[in-house]
Amino acid sequence: MPAITFTLNGQAQTVDAPADMPLLWVIRDLVGLTGTKFGCGIGQCRACTVHLNGNATFSCQLPVSAVEGQTVTTIEGLSEDGLHPVQRAWIDVDVPQCGYCQPGQIMSAVALLAQNPQPSDDDIDRAMSDNICRCGTYNRIRRAIHVAAEEMNR
Amino acid sequence: MTALTMKRRDFLQVSTIGGAFILGFRIPTSRPATPAGSSVGSDINAWIRVDQDDTITMFVSESEMGQGIMTAVSMLLADEMEADWSHVRAEHALADRDKYGSQSTGGSTSIRAGYERFRQAGAAAREMMIAAAADRWGVPADDCRAEQSVVIHTPTNRGLRYGELATAAAAMPIPEHPRLKEPSEFRLIGHSTKRLDTPLKVTGRATFGIDVRIPNMVVAQVVHCPVFGGQVARFDASRAKDVPGVLDVVEIPTGVAVVAEHFWAAKKGRDVLDVTWDEGANANLSSDGITARCREIVGSGTTARTDGNAETAIANASRTLSATYHVPYLAHATMEPMNCTADVRVDRCEIWAPTQSPSGAQRTGMSITDLPADRVTVHTTFMGGGFGRRSESDFVADAVHASKAVGRPVKIIWTREDDTRGGYYRPTAYNEFVGAVDANGWPSAWVHRIASPSILMSKGYGLRDGLDAPAIEGAANIPYGFPDLHVTWADPEIPIPLHWWRSVGSSQNAYVTECFFDELCALGGVDPLEARLRMLDSHARHRGVLNVAAEHSGWGTPLPTGRARGIAVHESFGSIVAQVAEVSLRDDGLPRVHHVTCAVDCGIVVNPDTVRAQMESGIMYGLSAALYGELTIERGRVVESNFHDYPVVRMREAPTVDVQIAVHGDAPGGIGEPGTPPIAPAVVNAMRALTGEPTRQLPMRLGIGRADG
Repeated sequence: MPAITFTLNGQAQTVDAPADMPLLWVIRDLVGLTGTKFGCGIGQCRACTVHLNGNATFSCQLPVSAVEGQTVTTIEGLSEDGLHPVQRAWIDVDVPQCGYCQPGQIMSAVALLAQNPQPSDDDIDRAMSDNICRCGTYNRIRRAIHVAAEEMNR
Repeated sequence: MTALTMKRRDFLQVSTIGGAFILGFRIPTSRPATPAGSSVGSDINAWIRVDQDDTITMFVSESEMGQGIMTAVSMLLADEMEADWSHVRAEHALADRDKYGSQSTGGSTSIRAGYERFRQAGAAAREMMIAAAADRWGVPADDCRAEQSVVIHTPTNRGLRYGELATAAAAMPIPEHPRLKEPSEFRLIGHSTKRLDTPLKVTGRATFGIDVRIPNMVVAQVVHCPVFGGQVARFDASRAKDVPGVLDVVEIPTGVAVVAEHFWAAKKGRDVLDVTWDEGANANLSSDGITARCREIVGSGTTARTDGNAETAIANASRTLSATYHVPYLAHATMEPMNCTADVRVDRCEIWAPTQSPSGAQRTGMSITDLPADRVTVHTTFMGGGFGRRSESDFVADAVHASKAVGRPVKIIWTREDDTRGGYYRPTAYNEFVGAVDANGWPSAWVHRIASPSILMSKGYGLRDGLDAPAIEGAANIPYGFPDLHVTWADPEIPIPLHWWRSVGSSQNAYVTECFFDELCALGGVDPLEARLRMLDSHARHRGVLNVAAEHSGWGTPLPTGRARGIAVHESFGSIVAQVAEVSLRDDGLPRVHHVTCAVDCGIVVNPDTVRAQMESGIMYGLSAALYGELTIERGRVVESNFHDYPVVRMREAPTVDVQIAVHGDAPGGIGEPGTPPIAPAVVNAMRALTGEPTRQLPMRLGIGRADG
């Protein structure tokens, strides 16, 4: 089994994993960070969204071999205190219900705001429609992204 | 915990809505009563622990699946207790029938049944704190009051913090009739309050069932027979066992478990596992056959309600309408697939489950291990959605069997495909309607014949008076004042496992009744809002939410070309909800739902923001089903497997939602489910207004206007 090294949440991480093992399961089962969620396994729900070199990427189908030498950020690495402006906005608006999809939603929202600091509703709909929320918190996600955008542009 | 509290065995009986509940106060024993690693303060009662640093932990006996119950229950306890909310935290209580009675969260009952119960527990705690302070000061309790986790001696303005009083308070006699606050005294109840679980859920720190990790644990996938009722004939595990990381492959009563070091190895092993199934008696089931069976029996149902003589009234009417309405089986499709962790030893069994029914999980553990209740510990984790599905314990059985078989702690995780195809569905329903309108166009007679498999029979509960209450809820009690009305139900007896699905029978009956009612209004040429108001003479709360929804949606005012509104109202779980949907036609023929105005009367409101959130949620959940939700059965198997062929609403399809809380009732109603039923008929009625075509079959993606015949 090859040793694969990448940067995870700012730290060098070496794992012994089958080359085809999806990054999701490496993060969850080998590294032990469980904030990144399994929802569908086929890239349909994006509960497993992480940042790969700063871009929102679904990790359930990304073989760990593909991240050798790359930089991966999970929800746990988003901020030291859990108070990234997007997380704060999520708290302000009380977005989560069951909360299971929310790490993925937040990672997608952070990536969106990095590329588009003042997204319109349409921009948000386009960027966020890959992420499923079965509790239907979409109205609040939209609102929280606007709140975060305002905060980050202040 | 003091020696004194260790010896206490006190009970307090209170009666609450829906029968007598035992308000069981914590009975500490040598077995930890709360999860290892939780705080070590003083237990005031079964739900409340106070630490010396003033932290108050609420052990919530209801299951948090997203509906906000952890926060709402804590609010009820804390308000009556006069607790400082900024120092309140919450966690799930262990399963414990002696303390909490049956723990099963469903039917939107937590607040309905617990509104008094939790307040009593909080009020008792407050009085015990006051008694402890009065005792220490040597003053009458009547001279003391509690505020923000401090007991104050009013004449001298001295204060003692709850943390300082906790040990003594826990030793105080439990008041049998603590004084409940007047609503005007509420500081939390009725005021929008931030959820306690949000910080955990935005940082990835909330532990869901799938996140449980315990020492020496292995991960398994259980392969179930794809045909309901089938079983393993034989299997060849040689290739599966060759997969690196696969530790064992064992047959268990629910299937074949592939046990591995981690999920991915279990998945790879399972992919090459060769199982031959004995498919049993159901291998020929198909959706077409099920529909044919429903059609065959729909006319021979048991009467659920009869007023006047509907058949005669229709025979004598000049304007009548017949229609057939049909809905499919539905999966719950919780975001977190079913999973469970179990550690079965010779003398004990420990279960970590994302379960709506800790009691059911415990019973499952007991029955598989033959251990008594005090040897089967159930930890309830956060759960990624429930919607009813997680009150079944089939996934718990998988884990307990697997751990028992391999002698180690096992976490079983279902794939999305396992979850979609694993059974316990919302049943299909086939409905025949005949209706009439009078000379002025008002709906005047109503015949509704339902054929729908019985959830109660599926679960082994049996019928009552030959009827399945879930199948007829919202249909037999249709609120409109028809002088002549007849509703029947027939059971097609289809052997597919059924279960409660968010709003249960109301999920289909609101759709079929509210849409056929609209069709009668169209036949008579009358306004659907006016017709409803007119025929809801004895239902002031229904009229109340209809009027609020109409007013806030601009009902009757002009819309841009290409848009239309539809309205629906439905009562379920003690609450009444009216919704107005504004739609246009998408290029693919489906509705684009732009906006939903939702008026809800849930009687008493605990957390207004949660009421709004649950309405938003129920609408999206019902809209997913209305637009897309369908399970198809072929050769006894479910065809759909994942979100590509069992699609759900995504953000680009999500309407904006305006929730108006319009309370007229005076008893707490449910909130988790009642938002779901009205959305399908509101959208379908809007589409009929727009296109002139009724939609008599869901999901709408099958084609607007297509009628199943």
